[in-house]
Amino acid sequence: MNHLPLIIKREYLTKVKNKSFIVMTFLSPLIMIALIAVVSYLSQLNNDKQRTISVLDETGYLKDVFQNTENTNYTNLNGLDLEDAIALVKEKEDYGLLHISAVDSLDAFSKNVKFYSEESPSLSIISGLERKIEKRLREKKLQKDGVTLAQIEASKTSIDIAQESFDGEKSSKIDNIVKLAFGGIAGYLLFMFIIIYGNMIMRSVIEEKTSRIIEVIISSVKPIQLMMGKIIGTSLAGVTQFAIWVVLGGVLMFIVSAIFGIDLTQASTPQQEIMNQAIQAQGAQAMAENLITAISNLPIANLVVAFIFFFIGGYLLYSSLYAAIGAAVDNETDTQQFMLPILMPLILAVYVGVFTVIEDPHGTVSTIFSFIPFTSPVVMLMRIPFGVPLWQQGLSLLLLIGTFIFAVWFAAKIYRVGILMYGKKPTYKELFKWLKY
Amino acid sequence: MNDLLVANSVSKNFGDFRALNQVSIAVPKGSIFGLLGPNGAGKTTLIRIINQITMPDEGSVLLDGQNLKPEHIRDIGYLPEERGLYKSMKVGEQCLYLAQLKGLSKSEAKSRLKYWFDKLEIGDWWNKKIQELSKGQAQKIQFVVTVLHKPKLLIFDEPFSGFDPINANLIKDEILQLREEGATVIFSTHRMESVEELCDHIALIHKSNKVLDGKLNDIKRQYKTNTFEVGLESTNKDKVLSEIQNTFEVLPATFRNLNDDIKLNIKIGDNTSPNDLLSFLTAKAEVHHFVEVIPSASDIFIQTVKNN
Repeated sequence: MNHLPLIIKREYLTKVKNKSFIVMTFLSPLIMIALIAVVSYLSQLNNDKQRTISVLDETGYLKDVFQNTENTNYTNLNGLDLEDAIALVKEKEDYGLLHISAVDSLDAFSKNVKFYSEESPSLSIISGLERKIEKRLREKKLQKDGVTLAQIEASKTSIDIAQESFDGEKSSKIDNIVKLAFGGIAGYLLFMFIIIYGNMIMRSVIEEKTSRIIEVIISSVKPIQLMMGKIIGTSLAGVTQFAIWVVLGGVLMFIVSAIFGIDLTQASTPQQEIMNQAIQAQGAQAMAENLITAISNLPIANLVVAFIFFFIGGYLLYSSLYAAIGAAVDNETDTQQFMLPILMPLILAVYVGVFTVIEDPHGTVSTIFSFIPFTSPVVMLMRIPFGVPLWQQGLSLLLLIGTFIFAVWFAAKIYRVGILMYGKKPTYKELFKWLKY
Repeated sequence: MNDLLVANSVSKNFGDFRALNQVSIAVPKGSIFGLLGPNGAGKTTLIRIINQITMPDEGSVLLDGQNLKPEHIRDIGYLPEERGLYKSMKVGEQCLYLAQLKGLSKSEAKSRLKYWFDKLEIGDWWNKKIQELSKGQAQKIQFVVTVLHKPKLLIFDEPFSGFDPINANLIKDEILQLREEGATVIFSTHRMESVEELCDHIALIHKSNKVLDGKLNDIKRQYKTNTFEVGLESTNKDKVLSEIQNTFEVLPATFRNLNDDIKLNIKIGDNTSPNDLLSFLTAKAEVHHFVEVIPSASDIFIQTVKNN
């Protein structure tokens, strides 16, 4: 008798109809969007604030260096002495006072620049000021050596190295960023999925044990059917939840940005500033074109197929282990000692993915870890956008499937014995003994 | 074939521990078979083997003359001692699910459930969650689920625990009714009075071995000691007493009686018939009470376990 569809249906419906599951499904995207909105709103608020910086330059070298910008006004206090200037800045409640005392030579400059303020100034403001002064000083020094301003301007160049593989495949820096993003998202998605829904499977096994229904059920169905039904049913519920999250998140994002006029994608972070500079350098149009070519350069078909296989393989491998843990213990607090061996390879995979794949996607470390079944789903998914030979993908997948079958066998053994064991927490030694029952 | 279920020298090891050692039982069709034994004797292991939850290491189990196979799950209804239901699932949904797992179609399960729910007057529980029911109420549901697919063989492990006397009686009557309709019942319990009441056959398992097996009456006959409980009235108590003591082995007895008379347990040898004893006694005194001492299931249980 094949009860698998029946079990899957029950597991799926129980999960989906569960109140906390429903609440989490609809609340999570709300909370996420609300958080992003608040953060970006606050940072915009911060940026919109006008601040005035007074400058007292006794050298005269820095004339015209400080131009007013959208958020910052510069007031020139030339002619005042330092004490009066400080008093004035205090009275006007300016952000601060930049003071450059008189110097004999350009070389002595650095020791004579000081910033006075009520509170310690923000790092970005100070480094902004430093950059401006450095630039002017470099120009002054070069001019002293007889270089004209026009020559200095003319000497500025921007290089964007074009990349091409031996097969004639063209790529660029932005290609790599896109590849990293795709691989990273795929790997991270799998990681999150395993942790969230693996735990859910484990809890549902424990629930069956504590409610003592297990013996009734397994007098009707084989334990392995029950286990597989649980894993598949819970995964389907997980996919449903994920899909709702994506759709709901997108819709909410759209609504929030439409209503509040907050551009959530433009939250100003240092990274984005760098990106913006890059865009300015290249021109937004060219940037967008590059992005599109970069995405179309990706091995899309390979990516999708590999994603499906490695995702399913990796997820099933780990979730069967989660099910085994659930069967071995009586309550959730006892799961800790068994969780570590599961989480370790998973976390290792993400670290390897983040640190070595970025550095060298086809290096020894990344290659090895993309073959080891417990890390291969995450690491291989991160590598594939960079182009991995099909034989490597095939071999890795074969190893994964082999390990998965072994893990299901192992988990089923533990499961079969464990679900009927009550009372004491088993040790690893006992688990090993169960394999022989 | 008059035996519905036969276990042939079944053994099961858990690591170094031998949970069952060459245990054989035969459960006749239409009987109520008491599976007895102290805690940890191996009863549950045997029951789990019959249910194909665990496999025996040695030996075989036959149902209706065939080796156990997965299809037999439909023919067996099992109420485990460790019982429970999905707490947050509704009664109706849960019953349907469990019935479908036993191979019933959804519509068939529905109509049978309606019959049972009406019979036990629990129809209004259909949309309640299990966690809203009391323990006894949940047990009723569990009983219904166990018998719903009309199995040939019913296995009850402590079916009455958790029930008040009224509901225990109700369930007992249902079990007897199911037997009338042709089911065979294996009944595992520690309550000897219900064994006495219900079982035709018993098997006693102790320390992984079967130590006793057979019809309850045969076993009782085997365990009887030819002892008679006697109440006598006489004007000369001491004389009568000493005369009896000279002829038979005598033990004091306690039973309730209207008169303050001589109360004795008299053991007669194999060569003496009860009539001989009676005529011996009537010659000496007035006999008010004369009963053969029949060992109770509880006595047999305790004695067998102690001797092994």
